[in-house]
Amino acid sequence: MIEVRDLVKRYGDTTAVDHLSFTVEPGRITGFLGPNGAGKSTTMRLILGLDRPSSGSALIDGLAYRDLRDPLRYVGALLEARAVHGGRSAFNHLLYLAQTQGVPKRRVSEVLELVGLSGVAKKRTKGFSLGMGQRLGIAAALLGDPKILILDEPVNGLDPEGVLWIRQLLKALAGEGRTIFVSSHLMNEMAVTADHLIVIGRGKLQADMPVGQFIAQFSDTAVLVRTPQGQALRAAAGERGWTVADTDLDGALIVTGSTAPEIGELAAARGLVLHELTPQRASLEEAYMELTRETGEFAHRPAPGPAPAWGGADGRA
Amino acid sequence: MAARDSVLTPTAPQGAGTGHAHFGRLLLAEWTKIRSVRSTYWSLIALVIAFLFFSWLFPYLTVVNWKQASPTQQANLYLDPIGSITGSGLFIGQLAVAVLGVMVTASEYSTGMIRSTLLASPHRVRMLAAKSIVFTLLILVIGEVIAFVGFFIGRQTFKSLVTVNLNSANVREVFGVGLYLAMLGLFALVVGALLRHVAGAITGIVALLLVISNLIQLIPGRIGKYLYTYEPTNAGFVITAKRLPDNFLISSWQGYGVFALWTAVLWALAAYLLVRRDA
Repeated sequence: MIEVRDLVKRYGDTTAVDHLSFTVEPGRITGFLGPNGAGKSTTMRLILGLDRPSSGSALIDGLAYRDLRDPLRYVGALLEARAVHGGRSAFNHLLYLAQTQGVPKRRVSEVLELVGLSGVAKKRTKGFSLGMGQRLGIAAALLGDPKILILDEPVNGLDPEGVLWIRQLLKALAGEGRTIFVSSHLMNEMAVTADHLIVIGRGKLQADMPVGQFIAQFSDTAVLVRTPQGQALRAAAGERGWTVADTDLDGALIVTGSTAPEIGELAAARGLVLHELTPQRASLEEAYMELTRETGEFAHRPAPGPAPAWGGADGRA
Repeated sequence: MAARDSVLTPTAPQGAGTGHAHFGRLLLAEWTKIRSVRSTYWSLIALVIAFLFFSWLFPYLTVVNWKQASPTQQANLYLDPIGSITGSGLFIGQLAVAVLGVMVTASEYSTGMIRSTLLASPHRVRMLAAKSIVFTLLILVIGEVIAFVGFFIGRQTFKSLVTVNLNSANVREVFGVGLYLAMLGLFALVVGALLRHVAGAITGIVALLLVISNLIQLIPGRIGKYLYTYEPTNAGFVITAKRLPDNFLISSWQGYGVFALWTAVLWALAAYLLVRRDA
């Protein structure tokens, strides 16, 4: 279990982490979301003892990282920034880490096999692609068979096959009762991977809840409506304060701020004909955009134009 | 990609509890780190070849040109034959040691390796201590080996002019080569840890060795003598010399002590900053 209590990190006038408190529980995958510059990597570095907090604490099963004996056997970490000497082979990089922890040498070969780097184990890592570097970082995180994993953007640079592999690996590890704390900027990836979400913006906690609850709470319900009397429906919906948008689908409208039963009752009361009335499942991406629109470091206005494609395979209610 | 269901394996039991990892493990791990990059080999090969080559070259040129040498030059050889053998090789070889010392620490920052290092060894001072011990011992051993091998090469070359035998009075000059190089290596390692920048640290230490240490004696009066004597590399270098420079205020061993004190103070500062600064 990871406990972050009232954590603050300031760099001069900038507050990167602003009185952040949350708990990461074992046995599930906790996704750590936030826009660029929200403080995700900084928070992870504070948990791992790489940076000193300005105030507050980050504890791992009640202990500061630096007080763990053989920390790599307890916590495996993948950092976003490169953390390998390019002139050293993958094998020797892992051998160094193993020796600091008293982990036997054969475990190095095991994790290289596990991440699919056995063939390049003796190669210097400066020739590695982004994806290979990421796999080496994951091998390092798994080296000590840790009960806690902290991974900063693990799917960064991986091909689709690698993304799927990471997803299955994390789920298997969480299923074994381990604590998995994983950041990503890919919301759709989190939607199919994470069980629980911690969302931050400008260093502050925005949300800490199960994925399903997050979507329900932060996404507007949207309903797809097909009617030959579009103008009349727009006018009626406008009176109720609902929002009506065109779609690129032939004549279909998207109504937000309401529910399918309310729209159906309104149409009946006004004598409007409906050809279709379909509730849309909001995706995590939309819920996340909704939440962080105001807080993002690089917040920008949504592009004008037709509404985005709603629902879809990545939607999850 | 063959994904396995579990990464649980019998070979890596989970660790728990608090306390320090074995210091021996850190020594072994830092040794692995030093021997697994090419810069170590290139620097040490440069040191060995340069030192041994000059240990032969200078005596050889002296023998060949003996007839043209001035009486002063001839007198110098008889006064300080060991300095004639080791001096020029040491002047070049020390640069390789300084560069490697800087690389051992500063390259951790330029590559990002420091983050992996500190995740594995969050007790940063213990890590710095392990790194310092491993590197200093490595340079000490290699330094002593080349010092004595170089001495015997030079001695053979000089045979027609002068017989140089080791005795209790002059063995310090040969042994001092390894002592000086080892302390210089540690000094450079500390400078690398303080500056965290390979090019900056190398520039700084080469400037100190080749420029500042000599220019400083141009400062007139007693202040100049003090600065010259207590400049770290000047103070340390006299452990390899038979005669002290004219304006040197302390003995050979005192000079080496001054170099060691400089290194110790900077090491303590580096350790303090390592703990204080974000990685």
